[in-house]
Amino acid sequence: MLGQFDICRPGSVAEASAVVAERGDDAVFYAGGTELLILMKERLLEPALLVDIKTIPGLDAIALDPGGRSLLLGGLATHRAVERSPLVREVLPELAAMETAVANVRVRHAGTLGGNLCFAEPHSDPATLLIALDAAFTLASASGARDVPAADFCVGFLTTVREPEELLARITIPLPGAATRVAYERFKTHERPDASAAATLTVDDGVVTDARIAIGCVGERPTRVPEAERALIGQAPSPDAFAAAADLVRDLVEPTEDPFASSDYKRHLARTLTLRALARAGAADGGTNGR
Amino acid sequence: MAVETTAPAQAPALRLLRMTLNGRPVELEIAPRELLLPVLRDRLGMKGAKLSCDVQVCGACTVLLDGVPVSSCTTLAYEADGKSVETIEGLAHDGRLHPIQAAFIECGAFQCGFCTSGMILSTKALLAETARPTRDEIAAYLSGNICRCTGYWNIITAVEDAAGRLAGDGEEEGA
Repeated sequence: MLGQFDICRPGSVAEASAVVAERGDDAVFYAGGTELLILMKERLLEPALLVDIKTIPGLDAIALDPGGRSLLLGGLATHRAVERSPLVREVLPELAAMETAVANVRVRHAGTLGGNLCFAEPHSDPATLLIALDAAFTLASASGARDVPAADFCVGFLTTVREPEELLARITIPLPGAATRVAYERFKTHERPDASAAATLTVDDGVVTDARIAIGCVGERPTRVPEAERALIGQAPSPDAFAAAADLVRDLVEPTEDPFASSDYKRHLARTLTLRALARAGAADGGTNGR
Repeated sequence: MAVETTAPAQAPALRLLRMTLNGRPVELEIAPRELLLPVLRDRLGMKGAKLSCDVQVCGACTVLLDGVPVSSCTTLAYEADGKSVETIEGLAHDGRLHPIQAAFIECGAFQCGFCTSGMILSTKALLAETARPTRDEIAAYLSGNICRCTGYWNIITAVEDAAGRLAGDGEEEGA
């Protein structure tokens, strides 16, 4: 049984943001409720007002920017909508594939990408891939909007830089170029993933010219591993180079032990998943560049 | 039908919920905090959806909201306003089982039956989306519906069988 609360349904981002700004801790944004309602059942959160943002027009759009260089996902787009979007499947199939693995079909129908990112549960998939893709999140409020790089958004366990009255309105993902391939790998022993690795690899004339590696679920927040990325630059995309980068990932991640996996096991998983992601992104017929 | 709720003092105002339940219009007053599963079970008598994990993992409480599977344990009844809700009670018509129900019986796809309502409703949503899914597609779609006694082999076989029945396979030998 949930505690008492009321629900309101604002018509715009400005209106929704103003309600939360005025009510403070008493009010929270409410969309799919897949995380929020569970916390409310446990009485870990007891808001007096749910601000239902699902009916604000346009927040669930999935489109290309006018120049066709970026994929724009509304924060209210559900996991299922992203997974099944013909556009996403065409321009960034690895993102659609990642979404296919999130939770189960009921959660994917209800849960939104923005809600998932703002909740910042470490054992989650989307943030890790979005960090490797160098996405940006647009936080909108009654007083305007600001863009935050995906890598800077989550700052700790269930903690982001978002202010309570800011709504994650849009996710902007620059589309990888023809020479860049993307791969996301995850492993789970229970409902949520224990570890995940996302890699993007740009290869020009047989040499890695750019690489991004993001590790998720292992520590309190998903993070890039710049040392491992740098180790790849200038190298041929070879098994030896990938193994050296994956070893760095194993040594440099900061695992948080949890009931499902020890720190050592998480380091092992981080290495293995990095290796798999790099191997797939580095293979001529592996990974995806979105075309 | 309108059912009264005794609300504590200072409770937010009740709201009118209008939905279509198994094809029939239903109206009742709900508190914002009411979850869909207890409304269906305790106020509307639809006991087919079961409470089990209570955290959207097991699928025993699955119902269809505008044709889409949801965990009614973690869905506010408020979300059903203006929508169509389908529970296992709505599947059989005039004493004739729905083809998915018939397939589950014929294939031995349940033992205790606790997960079965959810399995069948998820199957209905899957087959509306993909008429002839592969065994892998069935397993992936039903991965959020947990069975702890039958095992999944017979369930997947039943979904394949149901897909055939819905597509009209074998009608010529017909009954």
